Amino acid sequence: MIEAAALTKFYGETRVVDRASLTLTTPGVTAIIGPNGAGKSTLLSMIARLLPIDEGRAFVDGLDVTRTKGADLARRISVLRQENGLLARLTVRDLIGFGRFPHSRGRLTAADHAKIDEALAFLELGPLAGRYLDELSGGQRQRAFVAMVLAQDTRAILLDEPLNNLDIRHAVSMMRLVRRAADELGKVVVVVLHDINFASAFADRVVAMRDGRIVADGPVEAVVTEAVIEAVFGLPVMVREIEGQRSCLFRR
Amino acid sequence: MAEIAGDRLPAAASRNEMRRPARSPRRTLALLALLALFCSALFMTLGAHGNWSFVLPFRAPKLAAMIVVGHAIALSTVVFQTLSGNRILTPSIMGFDTLYALIQTLIVFLAGTTFLAVSDPRLIFAAETVVMILFALGLYGSLLKGGARDLFRLLLVGVILGVLFRSLAGFLQRLIDPNAFVVLQDRLYASFNSIDTELLAIAFVAIGIVTLIFWRLLPLLDVLALGRDIATSLGVDPDRLTRVSLGLVAVLVSVSTALVGPVTFFGLLVASLAVALVGSRRHAETLAAASLIAVICLVGGQTILERVLGFDTALGIVIEFFGGVVFLAIVMRRGLT
Ligand SMILES: Nc1ncnc2c1ncn2[C@@H]1O[C@H](COP(=O)(O)OP(=O)(O)O)[C@@H](O)[C@H]1O
Ligand SMILES: [Mg+2]
Repeated sequence: MIEAAALTKFYGETRVVDRASLTLTTPGVTAIIGPNGAGKSTLLSMIARLLPIDEGRAFVDGLDVTRTKGADLARRISVLRQENGLLARLTVRDLIGFGRFPHSRGRLTAADHAKIDEALAFLELGPLAGRYLDELSGGQRQRAFVAMVLAQDTRAILLDEPLNNLDIRHAVSMMRLVRRAADELGKVVVVVLHDINFASAFADRVVAMRDGRIVADGPVEAVVTEAVIEAVFGLPVMVREIEGQRSCLFRR
Repeated sequence: MAEIAGDRLPAAASRNEMRRPARSPRRTLALLALLALFCSALFMTLGAHGNWSFVLPFRAPKLAAMIVVGHAIALSTVVFQTLSGNRILTPSIMGFDTLYALIQTLIVFLAGTTFLAVSDPRLIFAAETVVMILFALGLYGSLLKGGARDLFRLLLVGVILGVLFRSLAGFLQRLIDPNAFVVLQDRLYASFNSIDTELLAIAFVAIGIVTLIFWRLLPLLDVLALGRDIATSLGVDPDRLTRVSLGLVAVLVSVSTALVGPVTFFGLLVASLAVALVGSRRHAETLAAASLIAVICLVGGQTILERVLGFDTALGIVIEFFGGVVFLAIVMRRGLT
């Protein structure tokens, strides 16, 4: 489904992403963790063709992302970046409708409207459908963008820090939803998280990055350990199993 | 999870109800269309005193020119704002029309009077437009490539380019032989009061084609207004769309500048009014509104100034004044962020 082979990005002399390789084939949730500036967003952007790739290659469904027509890729992979500035003033429903663009090219059919309603319901945005985005809280807006990505109805979904702006309750519901998208809809989801505990609670697989390199990649039990987390973040931590849930605590 | 939508604030909801525009964009557009028709009818008939055979052929080309110019300026401005991702920059603020004036001068300078004497003005116009497209793509294409996030830099570059083009044109005009300069002067100092109607037919065709192409690009422009990243993710190539649209904007600016000369703030005025009246949810609506508003301003303004108040030289000044006020208001209210 998604294959990154030795992806590299240079800014000047520094490799901000350094030969990162990653293969995802089955539905599930993969979390990417790592300190600020580790290259998580850059890696995601290269896979999603938002940034040119300097070295290495990326494939989606076996299609090379640098050579495939954008419209073809848009039906296979969707991505939500960290910051989104809109020029147009749109309602929640308008925005989610744009998720259908790869399928409808701007002319929404009844089937498109059904998908939009589905996405609205999935994110429980129904009551806000007619509201303008600039009349929403940061968290509500974040959910609207995720709904748009969901309406795009691609098998691969990349989300860059979707928990930004969300309080703990909404963060938890967002991650439950990501889980449901993988479990019920069979999506291959890659999600960048800065909170290790969300990764360990909701992900099937955790990829840890540091200085542009992938330094650990495996199931939660293998990556969320004191040794790995300390190496990745350069900070002593305690990892404990609390009621069957692995949690990471910092030391004072 | 069940309560996730429960954080909707009742107060915000009711305020939102009040802020929702009372009229639908369709109704607003219909009203604008009626108003534009009304202004045109007034312009054609007011003070004709029954001399139809004299008045109609005299006024019709002028009306047609104002419609073409208004539409060209409105279309080019709204599209350029989408390309640059903000609502302050316009082609004229970025120096597009002074570039066209420079190209006009340059062609006269290089080709000389003999060329002008034997050549069809439409041919010269076509040549100028082609050069204009190339220059616009070269200059502004590279500025907008990769997204135009840095508004300050763009604005500064635009102002500097405008001054540069103007002074280069002024310099060349000093070197041109006086006979050629007379020919050039006619063209350079076209204004709302001395519209160059010779070019009207070709202008109509050019604008028609550009409008048709943009008609097909409307859904893509809607997507581009979501920002480059989302557009890419939805399968629209922002750089390609920007290149194509920039070329078409260059044609529009060529047409309007050839007919009435440079107009700095008018585009901003009509684009801002259009967004205020029908919103920015769909380019089809915003563009239609901007065009109609432009026609209303030009034709209505000209009718009032010329037929009612008896001034016949002031339209350009009045329009630039209001446009300038809108520009200042936008910059003061929102800043450049
Ligand atoms: N446009 C850019 N120019 C120069 N350096 C950049 C640019 N974008 C990102 N970087 C650098 O690349 C590194 C990785 O950035 P990023 O992928 O955003 O990190 P993360 O998402 O893991 O916090 C950072 O050190 C950042 O400063
Ligand atoms: Mg990041």
